[in-house]
Formats: sequence, structure tokens, C-alpha cells
Amino acid sequence: MTVAVIRFGGSNCDRDARRALDHLGIDAEIVWHADGLPEDTDGIVIPGGFSYGDYLRAGAMAARTPILDSVRAAAESGTPVLGVCNGAQIGSESDLTPGAFTTNRSARFQCEPVYLRVENADTPWTDAYEAGAVIEIPIAHGEGRFEIDNDRLAALEDDDRVLFRYCDADGEVTDAANPNGSKHNVAGILGGDDHVAVLMPHPERASLPDIGPTDGQGILRAFE
Amino acid sequence: MSLPPSDRELVTEALGRDPTPTESVLFENLWSEHCAYRSSRPLLSAFESEGERVVVGPGDDAAVLALPDPETGENSDTYVTMGIESHNHPSYVDPFDGAATGVGGIVRDTLSMGAYPIALADSLYFGGFDREHSKYLLEGVVEGISHYGNCIGVPTVTGSASFHDGYEGNPLVNVACIGVTNGDRLVTAEAKSPGNKLVLVGNATGRDGLGGASFASEDLSEDAETEDRPAVQVGDPYAEKRLIEANEELVDAGLLRASRDLGAAGLGGASSELVAKGGLGAHIELDRVHQREPNMNAMEILLAESQERMCYEVRPDDVEAVEATAEKYDLGCSVIGEVADGNYVCTMDGDTVVDVDAEYLADGAPMNDLEHAEPPAPERDRPDPALDEAFEAVVGSPNTASKAWIYRQYDHEVGTRTAQKPGDDAALLAIRRDGIGLAFSSGADPNWTEAAPYEGARAVALENAVNLATTGATPLAAVDCLNGGNPEKPEVYGGFRAIVDGLADMCADLGVPVVGGNVSLYNDSVAGPIPPTPTLAMAGTNPGYDAPGSALDGGGESELLVVAAGEDRALGGSELLSQFGGTDRFPAVPEAAPELVATVADVADLESTLAVHDVSHGGVAVTLAEMVGDVGAEVSLPGDVGAEVSLPGDSALEALFSEAAGRVVVETADPDAVREQAPDGVSVEAIGETTDDGRLDLTVGEETLTYTADRIATLRDVIADGLE
Repeated sequence: MTVAVIRFGGSNCDRDARRALDHLGIDAEIVWHADGLPEDTDGIVIPGGFSYGDYLRAGAMAARTPILDSVRAAAESGTPVLGVCNGAQIGSESDLTPGAFTTNRSARFQCEPVYLRVENADTPWTDAYEAGAVIEIPIAHGEGRFEIDNDRLAALEDDDRVLFRYCDADGEVTDAANPNGSKHNVAGILGGDDHVAVLMPHPERASLPDIGPTDGQGILRAFE
Repeated sequence: MSLPPSDRELVTEALGRDPTPTESVLFENLWSEHCAYRSSRPLLSAFESEGERVVVGPGDDAAVLALPDPETGENSDTYVTMGIESHNHPSYVDPFDGAATGVGGIVRDTLSMGAYPIALADSLYFGGFDREHSKYLLEGVVEGISHYGNCIGVPTVTGSASFHDGYEGNPLVNVACIGVTNGDRLVTAEAKSPGNKLVLVGNATGRDGLGGASFASEDLSEDAETEDRPAVQVGDPYAEKRLIEANEELVDAGLLRASRDLGAAGLGGASSELVAKGGLGAHIELDRVHQREPNMNAMEILLAESQERMCYEVRPDDVEAVEATAEKYDLGCSVIGEVADGNYVCTMDGDTVVDVDAEYLADGAPMNDLEHAEPPAPERDRPDPALDEAFEAVVGSPNTASKAWIYRQYDHEVGTRTAQKPGDDAALLAIRRDGIGLAFSSGADPNWTEAAPYEGARAVALENAVNLATTGATPLAAVDCLNGGNPEKPEVYGGFRAIVDGLADMCADLGVPVVGGNVSLYNDSVAGPIPPTPTLAMAGTNPGYDAPGSALDGGGESELLVVAAGEDRALGGSELLSQFGGTDRFPAVPEAAPELVATVADVADLESTLAVHDVSHGGVAVTLAEMVGDVGAEVSLPGDVGAEVSLPGDSALEALFSEAAGRVVVETADPDAVREQAPDGVSVEAIGETTDDGRLDLTVGEETLTYTADRIATLRDVIADGLE
């Protein structure tokens, strides 16, 4: 499987995503957005960063580039797609996934480790974990507060499409453990299909044993 | 400000005619204190800048060091760059943009060596934290660094933040950057051949930042915040990020013959310095520069400090490829002229506006020979606070408090190299090509250098080396950012000379070459001159990326030791005195500093070593408080760990609060293994053991202080509490 890690002007976690996938033995290459998706693309990562400088709205400009049409088409035909951080913002701006990610409750950028509770372990992104497991993965964002209207949130929850919620070390989903004010502590969700997912925390930053913990590996193993 | 009459006379004599108006402002800016180091260069020869790892020393955009091969110890083909810059005056006038563009500038200094930037450090100095204006500046500066650094994807991994009344009207923002390159990719600022093209890549040139170099060389007036705003540049991190990637492609393809970033004094500075270094001249057509505003004149095009621009020397055949890369990244690109024999010549619409010898323009500024007065040594007049009151004041001081509120706003993990994060003594970065851990530390302490500029600066250098050693690293090299007040005042210049000599002497003692730096003078405001402030950024190396960290591990039977050199525990320069008033001698910096640094590095590498933390700001009290109850460290701990400690000492205050440099606290499972590492001149003293009750029990003489981890965390949270 070759995973295309899409680089826009302003992407900055593209090399990190490739390094983490490499570490897991998953073939990955960085693809410049204007060059289009390679034919042998079997998986897609939209990495973190500040595509187009986050000008206008985080993710809004990248969501309107031609390569996103190809990403949507690939997703429809079953190719796994993962959006991380700015990639999650692009995912919601391009309707790959519902809702929006907006300014943190603190109104500041926050780079820190957070605990996540695995809400649905029956997806390609989470089947490495037990349902209810608590994993530690860092966040690094200024606009990560998940917002969605109540009806659509209810639908997401009813369909079991919430992947992760922010929680404390014991797995309790509390307001104090919610780093950015996300609605119902949502940290990551599925799109319409199980193989499309977005999340604000950075699994690629928790995948390399030489610098720290590796709880994020399970998410990236969806590409195996 | 304009070209001083004495300089004008020199220029007129050298040219054999009056300078044109454009030449006149070019000389004014390039011969300013900020660009030409007129008052400091005579002092800088004190620094030892050579060493076996030094590939490029001072004088280029950034220094270049070879990493040691972990197997052989020989120089590896992997190089790191180091640079440091101040953005002090702009950060006072406009904290957000001033600090942001400081980051941009030092990153471009890294690019111009053919390196990819991998880490930033920020050392920040503000007026008293209890003042609203200081908080406003802190918030703006941190937000500016966060905005710019995060967006360009370069992690901010370490630094320092100090509060002192002397910075009330003139904060300091010192930014250091490390990059990675290798022998094949290295580019310098030395122009190579006449006939090669000069290509300007990046943002369009506007009228922003006009005269920034000369602005940086004046005292700040009372109205500076409103009056000087046009001299502050506005940064565009998205353009910088594209410039980083475009530069990387150009370096990969071997298209750059020489490179210089556009910083102080804009295009005029960068292009003239680049050709001067090659002993050459240039022909530049200023009207070919891509411009953002209409009707700019020659002076504006030459001196504007518009950000995110690089000047490259490119072979004529390679110009097309450079243009294609610029286009890919949506960056402006103009071929503005070529390297030439003879003078540095600029034309505008066909008229010659500059025609001077490049070397004279870049390096011809006369040096100042200024008077200096030795600062007096303080008398002993110690305060006598109750021990618990002293502990709470010192541990709860913004100077020693947790800086998590600051570094949480910096992306310190992008790049997935950060093996040890902010909050510890030094950051540790994984250089995977060689399996080398690169430790990085940056800082100074204004209390120390105010009390004793020379000894205080020696202590600053030693502290940075000890910070690296706590990760097991051996120092590789350092760069300095020397901040001082108006050097025309003899007592200010005396203090400044002393910090230069202090840094230079300790770095020489430790065998650490000082490979580059930056000088920022005229940091005076209506509140007076700043304390002389020698920010030092030091890097070190160690095989592997493991470090014990500074948080207590506990979890078994472990003991606490102090490993130290020297015995003087005077209180001069301490946070205790800044909290309670009074004066004292600054403690003598130990003779055995090099042995101490080596011992700490060896101890940190022992399997049985569980934590190492240096003793510095706030003394042993703060070291223990940080080890036991640091909020930043608590998160990653399985549970609270407490300590029972008993300290000897002829005075409880000295034992707890002296900031004598050259000490660490070690948590170890094998005290004898630590003792075996210590040579003559280095002492190892048992001071207690870890417990599991989440408390710090501190017995000093007859008195015992007891604090819970929660209480300590609350005390240490003063910055976040003051700003949320």
C-alpha cells in the first residue's frame, strides 16, 4: 500500500506523518497538491500545519483545491483517508466529515499531551485498541474546538461515529479534561464511511519509540 | 537620525565626492551600531571562536558546526547551524509583530547556510510581572512567536523568561535557531564569480521597516510606541514557510552559489555584504525588484525591511530553474542584477544612485573607543525573612515559576525530533542521521549580571553548560546575544565589557567555542538602561536521545544527592534578594567548572540515575520544588512523588537560596556510582531520599518546611494565574 501524504503550501506535519508511517513499515510518499494524487494511491493522509497560512479560515482554502476533488472521489471508492489537525479542518471544510473545528476555548494555541478515550473500537482506525481504552496523544492547535449542531451531533453519536473523546487519565470524560471546549469532548470522528476519519490530536507524534510514547501507532496501522 | 557628520566626512574623503542621498542613507544604516557593531566589535575578539568542530565561525548569517560521529568521535558529515538575533526595540513598539519577525529573521539566517531549521529558543526579558504593561508585552510577544514559529513548522523547544524592573521600558526578545545541513549542501554568503546573477526571491518589497537598523541603534523615547510603529516590520509566516521549502529545493538541486537573507538594512545590506565577502562588486537595477507599492524610490527599495526575502547568487544557466521553484511556491522572484568586478553599483531607471566599494560600505565603519567604568561590588546587607515566607516568595516568583503558560503556546513537537521538551533544563533533539542527541539551552539571569557583570556572565555560561550536561551532553558550541544600554555612558559600557569578558572566559574554560552572536545596544528608556544581559544559546551532543529528565522518578528506593563544584554560597544576585531587598557578594564561580560539567554529563548517562536538575534561579529551594511538584512534569508521572531532605549549611538562607553556579541535584538508585564519577574539585553530598507521599519535607538546621505537591504547584502557577 502506498499512502499519499498531501502537502499544501503551509503543511508542516507532512514529513512527520511519512516518518511515522515509515517506522511502521507502511510505504508513504509526500505528494505536492498541485501534482495531483498518484495512480497507485491506496491511502491518503491530509497532515497538520497551516495550509495557505490558515488565511480566511483554517482549512478553507485547501478544501477548495482540485486535489480535494480527487480525495473525495478516492474516499467514495473506498480509499482510507485520515485528516490530522489542519487535515481535520480541511476534512470538515470539504465535507468529508461533519461539523467544524474552530477557535479553542482559551483563544490560544495549545501544545500539550491529552488523554483520549476510545469510543468505538470497531473501525480500521481504532481496532488496535479496546473500547473504552485511554490513550495519550499530543495536541497542537489554536482552532480545535469541535462544533456541530445538536441534531447532527446526536446522529454522529447514534451512529457510533465518534472515535475519540478527550478524557482524564482515568477515562472520565469531564469538562476539565476538555482542552479546547469541543462539544461533548469530541476529538475525532468518522465521515460517512468507516474508512474516512479526522482527529485533532497528532498520532504521528506518538508513534516513534526513540523520542517518547507510542499510543498513536494504532491509528496509523489502519493503513497496513 | 542621519549620517553623523564625522562619518559623512570619512565617506566624502573615501569617495572623493559627496555621497548621493541614497548612498548617504545606505552608509547611515550599514554603519549603524546595529549593523556594524561599532561599540562592541573591539570587545568581541575576547571570544575564542575556533575549534575542531567549527566549519563556519562568526561573520556569516549563522555558524556551522560538524557533529561528532558517535562511533569514532571524528567530525561527521552532518552539520548543524546556530544563530541568534535580538528583536528588542520592535517588540516594545509592537510586541506581536516585533517578536514574530524576530523569529522570521533568525530562521532565514539558517536558510541562507543551506540548512533546514529544526529548533528555536526564545529568551525573553520583561519589566516587573506585577505591571499591566509587562503582561501586555509578554502576551503579545508570546503570541507573536507562537503565531510565526508554529505556522512555519519549526518547534520552539527551549528558552527563558525573566522579569526585572530594568526592562520596564525596553523588553528584550532574543531568538536562537538551529538548523541541519551537511557538507554537500552548505552554502555561504561569499559571492563566487562575476557574471553570476543576483536573484531576489520572496515577498514583494514595500515601505515597511524603513530605517529599522538605525531605529535599533537609538534609545527608545517615551513616545516610541506610537512614533516608531512604521519602523516595525510585519511578518507573513505563510510566505516564510514557502520560502523554507523553496530554499530546501534550491539547495537540494545545488542551484545556489551564495545566499544571504534580507534583514537589517534590507536589500542594500544583504547584497552589498554578499559581494563584499567575495571581494567583488555588483550591478543592480533597483527597478527590477518586485514591489508591493507604487512609486518607491531607490532609497526605499534598498532599505525597506520587508520580510521573507532572500538574495541568491545563481549561475546564469540556473536562473530558469530558480524561477520555476519560486513559481511553484507562489513566491515573487526577480533577477535584479549580477555579481561584478569593481564597485557596488545600483541604478534606478538608468540613473546611477550608488557607486561605492562594497567592502568599504559593508566593513568600513570606524570603531568607537568608548570610556568605561568598573561597576562597584555590592556590600553585604542581607535581609532576614522567616524561612517559610522566603520559600513561598522565591518559589512563587514569576522568575522561577513554571513557564508552561508560555511554552504551551509554542508547538514544541513539530518535526518529531523533540526527545526532551520545554520545562526541563535543556531540550534534546533527535538527529537520526547520526543517532546523535542534540541538547539545546538558552538564557541569562539579569539579577546575576546586575549584581556582578563579569562573574554573573561566567555563571550564565556555566549554567547553560550544566543544563546541557543534565541530558548527558557535552557542549559543542555557543552563540551569544549581548544586550546592553547606551554604551556612551561609561558605567553602562563598563558593565557591557564585563559581560563580554565573563562569557568569553567561562566559555574558553569550558572549551566551548563562541561561534557567532548578535549585539543589541541602546536598550535604554525613560526607566534607564537595562541590566547588562548576556543571553547565551548553547548546543551539546551525546549519542542517543535518552535523558533522565528533571522530575523525580520515585517508584522505589532512591536517594537525592547534590553534585557541586565550589563552596561559596553568598546570596548576591539571588531571587531571595530581589524579593526581600538587601545586597550581598555574588558567589565565586568555581574553578572546577569544566570537571563539574563533565561529571554531570557522566552521571546523567548512568542507568541508575533517575533525575538530574540544575541548581540556579532560586537556589536549591526552587530546584527541589520543580523536581517534586512541577505541573508540567506531573502530567506524565504515574503519581505524586515526595522527598525528605535535610541540608547542612552555615545559614539556612544560603543553603536554600544561594544561586552559586555549578551544582545539580541528582536522584539515583545507586549513590556510590555517582560518587565514583566525581574527580577532585567536585563534591557529592547526600541530602535525602524520595518518598511516595507527594510532599516536600525540607529540614534546614532546626527548621522543617513541609509543602504538598499541590501547594507547590499552586505557588509555581503564578504566571498562568496572572494572565488567564
